[in-house]
Amino acid sequence: MCLAVPGKVIALDAKQQWAELESFGFSRKVGTQLIDHVEIGDYLIVHAGFAIEKLDLEEAQERLRLWEELLAAERGARTESGSPNE
Amino acid sequence: MSKLSDPTAKFRDPELGRFLIQRVNKMAGELAAKKGRKILLMEVCGTHTFAISRTGLRDMLSDYLDLRSGPGCPVCVTHQRDIDQMIALAALPGVTVATFGDMIRVPGSNGSLEQAQADGAKVEVFYSPADAVEKAIRHPERQYVFLGVGFETTAPVIALAIQEAAGKDVRNFSVFPAHKKVLPILRALLTDPDLAIDGFLLPGHVSTILGRQAYDFMAAEHGIPAAIAGFEPVDILTAIMAVLELLATGRPAVVNSYQRAVREEGNPVAQTLLARTFRDADAYWRGFDLVPKSGLALQAKWQAWDATCRFAPAVPAPRSITACRCGDVLKGKIIPRECALFKQACHPANPVGPCMVSSEGACAAYYRYHR
Ligand code: SF4
Repeated sequence: MCLAVPGKVIALDAKQQWAELESFGFSRKVGTQLIDHVEIGDYLIVHAGFAIEKLDLEEAQERLRLWEELLAAERGARTESGSPNE
Repeated sequence: MSKLSDPTAKFRDPELGRFLIQRVNKMAGELAAKKGRKILLMEVCGTHTFAISRTGLRDMLSDYLDLRSGPGCPVCVTHQRDIDQMIALAALPGVTVATFGDMIRVPGSNGSLEQAQADGAKVEVFYSPADAVEKAIRHPERQYVFLGVGFETTAPVIALAIQEAAGKDVRNFSVFPAHKKVLPILRALLTDPDLAIDGFLLPGHVSTILGRQAYDFMAAEHGIPAAIAGFEPVDILTAIMAVLELLATGRPAVVNSYQRAVREEGNPVAQTLLARTFRDADAYWRGFDLVPKSGLALQAKWQAWDATCRFAPAVPAPRSITACRCGDVLKGKIIPRECALFKQACHPANPVGPCMVSSEGACAAYYRYHR
């Protein structure tokens, strides 16, 4: 029921009652009555035809960056100690 | 290109996933050694049930972690008496039952909506309730009754459909309200003396509506840690790690591991809409029976769009499917394999209970992904 794939806003209507989203090359129209201030380029989470929240992409990038750093550190440690790669 | 259109693709990165699995296993191993048993974490979201099984995480982490499904599949928690009502509605002349797809194969006391349809009842599947309102406008000669099944994520969408129908004075659209609230059922789980759950993974999309702070009582009143989780492997692993960390420190809290989508205070527009449309009502859940104030009924001012007011089909007391243990599965008391019918009399082509019907049901997930 809850598809997690976010869609990117590529068009909006004047009164902001719907947005056209693109995800995986497909576009679909969704209602935007449940969220405030939608803009072109926003990523939205959709449930049963309506956007329920905007994605905070900066937060997502920040979290990924932290994991990537830890992962890189781990890779470095593996190479230094000469342990075989998996 | 999917990479371009999905900025969160990295949350499915296999190398990052393997790295996190190692860390989780290490942390869980240490905790399990201390407790002398596996750590039991429950997910209360059907989409998590599906994702945790499909990605193999449930098996890959099973040395030290018991990832147990709870009452998170909306179709599965719908009580037999509600299903019987829905089927009775579909049998009324001039009525079309409009529903999300999962519901139609769920067996009631006597057959399912799908079987009723084969017998001539009108049942139509919609992706969105808004589409059902449109259809009702185009077909004024029929009554369209939308089945309001789902949690706090779905209820606002249903509320919008009712407002749309009210705004356009559509008198041949109504809603059968069978919505469930997540917080009261979490309370029921937390106060069940038979359950010893160490921590919870909280539903990502319900939480976009409710906000993180709504769950604080879990740690404050019950001393149980929990984390709001997204749906990609990295999201789920991050949330599991957060709960394990809280368990290790012995300081329970409710943390938000899905910050890109969930805010502290939730979605105020949706919350206002819910407050204007519904009122809390006692509700029957499969496996739990009556849970006080755990459902959403329509407020009196929306009576004209309330199918329970417009049509009141009398149905006999529900007949339970005695051997089906879906109720125990939904409470986390057993895993699907422990049901005697699992893979025997009950399989996706011939489901005995709703937990085998819905792709979000634990039995269906175990059938497909845990051989
Ligand atoms: S396997 Fe089938 S019969 Fe057993 S609990 Fe699951 S749905 Fe019910």
